[in-house]
Amino acid sequence: MGEAAKTVIFEIERRDSTDKESYFEKFELPYRANMNVISALMEIRRNPVNIEGKKTTPVNWDMNCLEEVCGACSMIINGKARQSCTALVDQLEQPIRLQPMKTFPVVRDLVVDRSRMFDSLKKVKAWVPIDGTHDLGEGPRMPERKRQWAYELSKCMTCGVCLEACPNVNDKSDFIGAAPLSQVRLMNAHPTGAMNRDERLNAIMGDGGLASCGNSQNCVESCPKGIPLTTSIAALNRETTVQMFRNFFGSDHAV
Amino acid sequence: MDNREFLLRRLHSLLGIIPLGIFLTQHLIVNHFATQGVEAFNTASHFLANLPFVIFLEIFVIYLPIMYHAFYGVYIAFTSKHNPGHYSYLRNILFTAQRYTGVFLVVFIAWHVFETRFQVAIGNAAEADFNMMANILDNPWMFAFYVAGVLTATFHLANGLWSFLVTWGITQSEKAQRYTTYFTLVVFIVLSVIGIRALLAFV
Repeated sequence: MGEAAKTVIFEIERRDSTDKESYFEKFELPYRANMNVISALMEIRRNPVNIEGKKTTPVNWDMNCLEEVCGACSMIINGKARQSCTALVDQLEQPIRLQPMKTFPVVRDLVVDRSRMFDSLKKVKAWVPIDGTHDLGEGPRMPERKRQWAYELSKCMTCGVCLEACPNVNDKSDFIGAAPLSQVRLMNAHPTGAMNRDERLNAIMGDGGLASCGNSQNCVESCPKGIPLTTSIAALNRETTVQMFRNFFGSDHAV
Repeated sequence: MDNREFLLRRLHSLLGIIPLGIFLTQHLIVNHFATQGVEAFNTASHFLANLPFVIFLEIFVIYLPIMYHAFYGVYIAFTSKHNPGHYSYLRNILFTAQRYTGVFLVVFIAWHVFETRFQVAIGNAAEADFNMMANILDNPWMFAFYVAGVLTATFHLANGLWSFLVTWGITQSEKAQRYTTYFTLVVFIVLSVIGIRALLAFV
């Protein structure tokens, strides 16, 4: 209202396909109050014209829930990995630089393939096995206060930000990262899940597991859900230390 | 199930404190005798150099652990992709510094052992005594190199003590880890003062 027409400048790292080199393309968009990165990307999709006035292809990105609970729209915004739905343009320094999380294979533009995280969850058996041929009845009760802290761990949305921020998750290492490790702590905290505690601990003692953590603690600083990832890792360090001795000497408390 | 990497990393963490951390502390404290004069230092140094079975002590408490810690440590350092620029959190900066100091220490310690213990072993010097160190530290560049060596070593030990406590699951909570950061800062300062005072005593 009466102000000079404000604009927002975006600088986006693009890649046309998996086998092409990436390049940067700039866009200048009209400013709207309270806009976030996703609404800006939607505007580019509506009118895919770059800063030089040339018509280009719309920028590809992933999104789903738009309220920071699904993790799909994670990308690197001004150097830091985070969700683009909660990245408000008013709080970002311009030009706003968007890049894909290159720790993962880039599919196109800002779209990455996070399958490795889901594979890791399978590797560490991040579930509570209850399937059987007959009704097993109710499981043991979980204390309410324990449920409350376990709930914090359950907020993980497998967004991949902790892996992107981690210096030890890269192409030279097969480290699975903080997110799947913390899920082991969550599943082991569950009274029924604890019946398979040793299986999960043994899984994370394998190559690319817990031992590859170098305690840079970027994960806990970056986690959008505030999950105490480094406490999970340290707690698992203690559990696996004990499990290591149990494996070696044998124990009545193997399970 | 293959958990070789797990065991190698745990061994690496353990050896950094026991025996190497204890050895470094002992070494710096013995060096500190230099502040009490030539005679005091030579007596202490002579006592250590003539401990019974000293060659076995050296091999099993120093040489083998330090070589494993150094070579596996260099491998660990070069499998990280450092990013303290974008993620400039204290722990990430210390994480990066731990790896840089480690690589520097491999060079420093190799040179330090070559100049002192190795010269004694091949008979170029009778004993690693006060005069030997005074001659080395007479050169201002060497003095600077040794100051850097002492400071990186004390940092690497203090910060390594912090991550040792996490790696073995002793400090778990955010609070425990924060207090340990303060504690290891004190360890770094105390050991650095001891080490630097000893170096100054030689010049």
